[in-house]
Amino acid sequence: MAEKLGIYVCHCGSNIAGMVDVEEVARWAGKQIADVAVARDYKFMCSSLGQQMIEEDIRKLGLTRVVVAACSPHLHEKTFRRACANAKLNPYLCQLTNIREHCSWVSTDREAATAKAKALVYAAAERVKWQQPLEPMPVKVNPRTLVVGGGIAGLQATLELADAGYEVYLVERSPSIGGHMAQFDKTFPTLDCSACILTPKMSEVGQHERVRMLTYSELEEVSGSVGHFRVKIRKKARYVDENLCTGCGICVEKCPRKVIDHEFEAGLGYRKAIYTPFPQAVPRIPVIDTQACIYFERGKCRACEKVCPTNAIAFDQKDETIEIDVGNIILATGWKMFDCRRLPQYGYGRLPNVYTNLEFERLCNAAGPTGGKIVLRDRKTEPRSVAIIHCVGSRDVKTNEYCSAVCCMAALKFGHLVLEKTKAKVYSFYIDMRTNQKGYEEFYQRLLEEGMIFVRGKVAEVTDAARLPSEHGQLIVQVEDTLLGKQRRIPVDMVILMGAMEPQADAKELGLKCGISCSMAGWYTERHPKLDPVATMTDGVFVAGVCQGPKDIPASVAQGAAAAARVQALITKGTVMIEPVVASINEEACSGCRICNNLCPFNAIEYDEDKGVSRVITAMCKGCGTCVAACPAGVISGAHFSNQQILAEIQGALWDANPNGNGLGGDGHASSAGDTQPSLVAG
Amino acid sequence: MKYAYYPGCSLEVNSAAYDVSVRAVAEELAIELEELDDWNCCGATEYFSQDELTASAVVARNLALVDPELDQLIAPCAACYLNLKKTDHLMATDPEMGAKVNECLAAGGLKYEAGRVWVRHLLDVIHDDFGEVAVRDKVVRPLTGLRVAPYYGCQVVRPLSEGDCTEYPMKMDRLLTWVGAEVVDYPCKAHCCGGHMTQISEPQAFELIRRLLANAAEAKADMILCMCPMCQLNLDAYQSRVNGFFKTNFQVPIVFFTQVLGLAFGLPPEKLGFGKEIVPARPVLEAKLSSAPAGAGA
Amino acid sequence: MIQHAIATRGSSFLQEVIEHTPGGERIVHCLQCGSCGGSCPNGADMQYTPRAIFALINADEREKVLTSNTMWCCVSCYFCTTRCPQKIPITDIMYTLKRLAIRDGLAKDTDAPALAKTFTDLLDRYGRSFELGLASRFYLFNKPMALLKMGPLGLSMFSRGRMALIPKRIKKIEQLQAIIQKARQLGGRS
Repeated sequence: MAEKLGIYVCHCGSNIAGMVDVEEVARWAGKQIADVAVARDYKFMCSSLGQQMIEEDIRKLGLTRVVVAACSPHLHEKTFRRACANAKLNPYLCQLTNIREHCSWVSTDREAATAKAKALVYAAAERVKWQQPLEPMPVKVNPRTLVVGGGIAGLQATLELADAGYEVYLVERSPSIGGHMAQFDKTFPTLDCSACILTPKMSEVGQHERVRMLTYSELEEVSGSVGHFRVKIRKKARYVDENLCTGCGICVEKCPRKVIDHEFEAGLGYRKAIYTPFPQAVPRIPVIDTQACIYFERGKCRACEKVCPTNAIAFDQKDETIEIDVGNIILATGWKMFDCRRLPQYGYGRLPNVYTNLEFERLCNAAGPTGGKIVLRDRKTEPRSVAIIHCVGSRDVKTNEYCSAVCCMAALKFGHLVLEKTKAKVYSFYIDMRTNQKGYEEFYQRLLEEGMIFVRGKVAEVTDAARLPSEHGQLIVQVEDTLLGKQRRIPVDMVILMGAMEPQADAKELGLKCGISCSMAGWYTERHPKLDPVATMTDGVFVAGVCQGPKDIPASVAQGAAAAARVQALITKGTVMIEPVVASINEEACSGCRICNNLCPFNAIEYDEDKGVSRVITAMCKGCGTCVAACPAGVISGAHFSNQQILAEIQGALWDANPNGNGLGGDGHASSAGDTQPSLVAG
Repeated sequence: MKYAYYPGCSLEVNSAAYDVSVRAVAEELAIELEELDDWNCCGATEYFSQDELTASAVVARNLALVDPELDQLIAPCAACYLNLKKTDHLMATDPEMGAKVNECLAAGGLKYEAGRVWVRHLLDVIHDDFGEVAVRDKVVRPLTGLRVAPYYGCQVVRPLSEGDCTEYPMKMDRLLTWVGAEVVDYPCKAHCCGGHMTQISEPQAFELIRRLLANAAEAKADMILCMCPMCQLNLDAYQSRVNGFFKTNFQVPIVFFTQVLGLAFGLPPEKLGFGKEIVPARPVLEAKLSSAPAGAGA
Repeated sequence: MIQHAIATRGSSFLQEVIEHTPGGERIVHCLQCGSCGGSCPNGADMQYTPRAIFALINADEREKVLTSNTMWCCVSCYFCTTRCPQKIPITDIMYTLKRLAIRDGLAKDTDAPALAKTFTDLLDRYGRSFELGLASRFYLFNKPMALLKMGPLGLSMFSRGRMALIPKRIKKIEQLQAIIQKARQLGGRS
């Protein structure tokens, strides 16, 4: 084999060079690795000068293979492949090996790090010799988009796309769109009414000719890839025919069963067994809660059916699975409320007048269970003092390490509402006051003027155990006032816990369906935390709103719009090039056993009944390699991940810097890996 | 089931009522207790305040004395329980320290392998291993009508709790419910009794004791049930001095949870150490448990 | 990484406290939130709350810390430890401060070291604690006037058989003493 390799070792400023002797790695590679025509190190290989250097070497020295030792392929694989393509070298003959995240950043010993970098370069060099030129495949982009989640981020994304002329499927798990924002009373820092700014967007979505809303529905399965996803959606039985129902609401009125509404009213209000979550719900079509319905419990009642003027009640309705084809997916699945019972020192669930932030939103909402009156659980007494406790389930390594980002501002908003609506004293117990967006610090100043009392200290406990006669019958907030260095006990009538935002319970599962991962905390991982915040590692899947990390309404809206813009770019382009890293079956040798058919996680293998062989649907294949490993006859091969490539890479990686070590090629010389077919090939 | 048993110094004399009632209740539940031969004091908090290694070595001698056939050790005193558990934990998580402790033990011809003995509290054993059905099955005289405040104190529930809540533990609450007692909501149930503060700073200690008594009285509890000899001593023996100090008039009997458990199992009060408490429990037991046999209390 | 975090703070006292406390390196994560000071049953009597103690440790104020009454107010209830949002072993740090203060003779305004010394002296001698001996010796040497107040209490304990007049010695006291002697000789954490 007469390959000519070029090896390029990047300093990445001091990111790599600070821990790895990059000059030595390049020098060594030039001398020790077979077939290397040139080996260089450079300050920033990804700079245009670095790229030009590679392009020139390809042209002048006639390189046939290129290895770049730099950062993660996630960041710059495209860059270097493009450089090769510019110099007329097939981009798949370029191999990027990661000596930054996998080496310099995770090492403390310079010598060991340098040795590891050499092993990684060696592995890439041995591998690249076996790589084949490949051509990416163009795929048409389906102009329809799926948006998952009908909260404010999802609504914004939906409207942006629909208004731009594209069709959108909007899937929402609950019976109405609107999300958490529909539960809120006012929004900070402007104090405009949440419903007043949200409901126009909801009805616009509901009536939009290019939006197909699928409420009370869940995403079941995703297959395909960017440009051509196929999605299965389960439409849960509503027991109400959406085509017949006019939303008149008489069924709700006449339903004899009333139950506590733990969802929209956060346990403070009631709803009927047949219900729409709130008056402005979109769509206005009710749902029967089978857990509450008398008919589902005892087999008779059907009062709703009797009163319905359009015969829309359908007790025999079943869950339905719908399959749709879309080009892109935007996940805007939001968050769930922290369970404040996990911190029993605050008494939630035991002490009646301890509320969560979500409960308090309902309590002061004019459309809420008390008509907006701030009263204690007895529904009569106005509190004379209210304590607002920050960081409940946030900034605590035993619950959630992160800051929930919105609670400080929401606490100030609550303070304002209490001061506006009652004569109560209001305390904020905070660790650090975080008011770092436009108009937020000004709002903090406003609350200082309005008379909110600020105590810096994380509350230790809320108790009903009085120590002094003056504390009797009240909730005592025990805290260190850290600015005084003194323990204080402050008796109040009402306590509001600013519970954390948490990832949805099934966020991870949904992410897996769409091929994206979550951070340690459970938020969806974006492609780049700064420069690509709404894209993900899976092309064609975007994220928006709190599912990507705690944020407030303006930031959620911005992300919804950003995700829509990214989708539009793909739709406008019309085609995307997809990776040619796919499996292929040698049909001549295929026995038609069909083992691979069911194993494929992407349903990308079809069976040809006539010929009795299996065949890979290239556009659906993601190159995962499952079928390659599973084929009992060994007749499926994975492009760019052939046995030769992988075994050569392993052999290269086993190079050992220590000549007395047990690694292969202990003499520091290229062993036979590059010259002959590796002998370890299985099957 | 056989367990090694470490009574600890308090149970020998000042809290003998705990010792006899633990043994009696254990026998009813067919728990065999094998007392460690020649055990020594766990050092309370005092040794750890002075010298970590010596304190650990003193505790570890007891762990080393556990019958090699047995792997669980019951320690009813909260301070002993925590010291034993903490030392085992320290030796397991800090191997260097573990080796040093073993070097000390070697000077006495002993050896302890960290993690070998599972240190347990009787409450956990009864609650977790026996559970509701087995306990209810043993009840011959339900404690119906007796209002009790379950008092857990600190060191069994914190920091190394065995599955109970560190803020608002519930195991004793449940156990007492199983035997028919009326358990009051006692918000101070895991608060501090003052520990050794009675010796060092009376005003501080008395205030802590007062809070516990006041809170139980407010909840209209007939008695406070303890699971630690230090808690019992502070609340019981100092009650009259606390009354004098604050001009209060608390008369709350303080007994061990095993004592009332024994009553429910039908054991005679004299076999359960009743009468050793300073604030007498007899009047309330007689008043509340109509079938309580005569002889309850001194 | 954590070594670096400790070293760059430039407080030799911080280093010392961490070296003497299992898990003590968590102290660098302190947010100064005060959940420890708020939780402490004796927090109101402390010269510095535990939170303030951590600030002083970071500022290398060794003497201020070791002469304070803070650790002597600690009754080992562990509320601060279980509630700390940063998993700092606060109670164990209080033990460390007690040990350092006793070792360096800095303990002030407290009888706690004297009580501890009397207690462990008896333990060393008998292998068991001996309440009458502890109480009489401790009160006699430290607060003789308080002994009078203790009289009635002692009597009522005695009359119920809850107070022993003579100490009990374990059988193998030499074995225990050999262990203790070895521990003293080896010394604690460096």
